[in-house]
Parts: sequence; structure tokens; C-alpha cells
Amino acid sequence: MLKTVIPFGPQHPVLPEPLHLKLTVEEEVITEAIPALGFVHRGLELLAHSRDFHQVTQVVERVCGICSMIHAMCYCQGIEAIMEIEAPPRAKFLRTIWSEVHRIQSHLLWLGLFADSFGFESLFMQLWKIREKILDLNEATTGNRIIVSVNVIGGVRRDLNPEQISWMLAELAQVELEINRLGSTLLTDYTVKKRTAGKGVITKAQAFELGLVGPTLRASGVCQDMRMLGYAAFDQIDFEPAVETEGDCYARSKVRYREVLQSIGLIRQALSRIAPGEIRTKVKGRPEGETVCRVEQPRGELLYYIKADGTKNLERLRIRTPTFANIPALLRILPGMWLSDVPVAVLSIDPCISCTER
Amino acid sequence: MRDEVISVSPDNLVAAVAKLKVEGYRFVTLTCMQADEGTVVILYHFDKDLVLKHLRVHVPADDPLPSITPVYFAAFLVENEIQDLFGLRFSGLTVDYERTLYLDGEVKVTPFCRYTVAKMQSDEAKSLPASVDSNGTGES
Repeated sequence: MLKTVIPFGPQHPVLPEPLHLKLTVEEEVITEAIPALGFVHRGLELLAHSRDFHQVTQVVERVCGICSMIHAMCYCQGIEAIMEIEAPPRAKFLRTIWSEVHRIQSHLLWLGLFADSFGFESLFMQLWKIREKILDLNEATTGNRIIVSVNVIGGVRRDLNPEQISWMLAELAQVELEINRLGSTLLTDYTVKKRTAGKGVITKAQAFELGLVGPTLRASGVCQDMRMLGYAAFDQIDFEPAVETEGDCYARSKVRYREVLQSIGLIRQALSRIAPGEIRTKVKGRPEGETVCRVEQPRGELLYYIKADGTKNLERLRIRTPTFANIPALLRILPGMWLSDVPVAVLSIDPCISCTER
Repeated sequence: MRDEVISVSPDNLVAAVAKLKVEGYRFVTLTCMQADEGTVVILYHFDKDLVLKHLRVHVPADDPLPSITPVYFAAFLVENEIQDLFGLRFSGLTVDYERTLYLDGEVKVTPFCRYTVAKMQSDEAKSLPASVDSNGTGES
């Protein structure tokens, strides 16, 4: 059988970021897929070594726009652990609230792109219309739509007043209503299921073997979510990870859809339990020691290794992002698939290449 | 660090990693650091039930380190990244990008190495003009 090598990306209509896949096909079936990276590598880990450890918060926010708040939160929590600083309880709740707002906007962005990948343009536009409400919510409470920049070492730099809390609750109720309205299309529509169910299946054993994380892992039946560690205020609110067992593209979209609704519930819980108080602890001195800090990004487990030697610059900052852990899945799920299913399968791991390459 | 850290030698690395896999640990990632002139430290991070365990390996920068990709295939990406950024070599790497994962083929410096740079192959060095040194920077 004649083999053909087809370049997929780095510029491709379904890819929001540049990822190149070298696809070997026999007729229309993929026999091998090799990813190529390096289009958006910015050397941010190295840049972090030449900045004051306080300034690094702004550096890590730029690893990825879509989950900038969670990058900064992870970094700040890591430095706080080294310096044995405790962020005030109110700051922990605020971090929880904004990180869940970030998760909602990231999942809505992905759900829209996913709909676009199988040609459902009206669903894509409806989902992004809802996402605008979340971005407005970010802007009204933090001053920015995407890179909200609320984290500092020792707490947060912004607070929520009672009027903002009431307004957030009203907006979230509206968003929940609209998400539920689209749920029947996203989860039961014949065309959507035809294009996603049974495609790109990853079994529970394969997911473990490949070191997958986040919704990609949970869609294969593994109940693992870093929020179970209880960082920020997650130890003070009720939380149960969303898990599906089919392991296909449909299950991965279902997990993310359920997580949007779950995040709304988590924000409600946090807003109802937040108590008045300080939002920032004063930081004195410089960090010395090493730590590993993990949080749950919209795409999965985010790991920061931080080593500091008591100077103003860090000795080492290592960032392992969730897409970096999920890319090996492509090498396993793409072989055997039809070429026409590749966009759906690639999108199903929610690839963030800016995160991956840093 | 609050988590368990176990020091292993490069010779025992693959066996130690295989043992963790049998015990049900999920591969998380690797962290590479320059320790001093000519030595690199690599931390291998593993997770089981949300508890981390780390293996710490000291490696001479010039010596190839055995790849753990035959045990955990998922490690291929991070091992390639370390080859690019630190100039370290992994032997038996399942998918080897030959130091072109992020960098272009003609780049000879390794950004994270403060003390050493990866050595070029002798045939590469011969093909360079006399004004270009082995760092590829043009500076001696």
C-alpha cells in the first residue's frame, strides 16, 4: 500500500495555536503521527531566572493567556510554601473564585472550538456568546478580561464588594441557564455524537501509561483532580471530580461540559462562605529552599518546581503544563483513525501550545 | 521539599523507575538543573494517589543518561526538551528529535547551561569556518 506523508499544521483552520503533526497515511487511514513543536517557544523559564521573584508572577501569567490566573496562583502558592507564608482566608477564597471563573471561560472557549472542529458553526458561536459574559465578569471584578493579574505572593491584590458578589451570582445564574439550554444539543445531537462518540478512545490503562492529566484523564475513568489536594479554599467547599468512562472524544467533551456547571456551583459555594478580612499578607525576606506545587488548570495538572537560594532571583523555575503531559496521547490515538477525524481527535485533548512550549 | 526524595545513581535509574511503575506510580515529569560545572541534577517526579515521590540523579553533563521511555513512553517529550535546553544526551530514547524539538538544527548553544555547552560532533566542527568556535557563537 502506498504511504503518503501529510503535514497537519502548524497553520490549520481548527488549530488555535501552531502545532505541526507529521501524519503518515495509507489511503485515508493514519498509520503514524509525529508531533513537531518549537513555533512559540519563548524561553520563559530562563527569563524567570533573571527577574526578581516578585516580578516572576507577571512572567508566569504570560505562559498562557487562557489560564494565566492559575499559573500565577500556582507560582505564588509555591513561593508562599518556601517562605512559610499563609495567605489570608479571604484571599484563598478569592483565588478559588477567580480560578473557577477562568476554568469556565477556558472550557467554553474549548467547547466552541470543538464544535467548530466538526463544522457546527452555530453551536460554536452560541458557546462563545456565553463566554463573553464570563469575560465581562472578569473585567468587572479584576479590571482585565483575560490576564487578570490578581495574584501576588501573600494573597491577592483585589477584593469583591457585596454589590459585585450579588451581580456575579445573577450573571452566573444567567450563564447556567444558557449552558443548560445548549446541553441537549452538545450531548444528544445526532451529528455531534456521530462525529465524536467512539473516536480516539483511550482506555483507563492507556491513560495511566501515557501519564495523562485533567479532563482527558477523567474521561477515561480515572478520578484524579488536583483540586482534591485542597489548595486555596478547595478544602472548605464540597467538590467531587467529574468522571466519565468511555474515554472517547465525546466523553472528553462531556467532562468539560459538566465541569462548566460544576465550576458555577463551586463559585456559588465560595461566594456564600467567604468571610470579611485581609486579602494580603506582608512578605518579608527572600525565599530559600525548594518545593513542588501543583494545581488543577482547565486542561489538567499544572506542576511548578521552584528552587531558591536566598537571593532575589530564583535558582530554578520549572513549569510542567497539562498539554505537555497530554501530547503523548496523540501518538497513540491517531494511528488507525480516518484522516477526517484528526481535527476532532487533536482538539479533544484541548491542546495549548503556548503552555507546552513556554 | 516535603515529599519523599530518593537519590539514585544513573546505573540504577531505569530499574528504580520500573519498580515505581510496578507499584502503580504515574509518571509526572522531569526537572533538570545545572548543579555545578560539568554536573547536572535531574529530578524524576512520580505521583500515586496525589502523593508525589521524586528520584534525584546526579549526572556528568558529558555522559549519556539511560532514557526511561522504554518504561514510561510519556517521558519522550521531556527528555527531548532536556536534550535541547541542557545539551544532555539520553541513550535509548524512543522518539529522538536530535536536539531539534524547540531549537533549529544549526543552533549549537544550550540555553540553560551556565557552565558548559553541548559538544559538537567532530565532523560538524570541521565544517565550521575558523572564526566560529565550538559554542557556535563566534566568541572564544
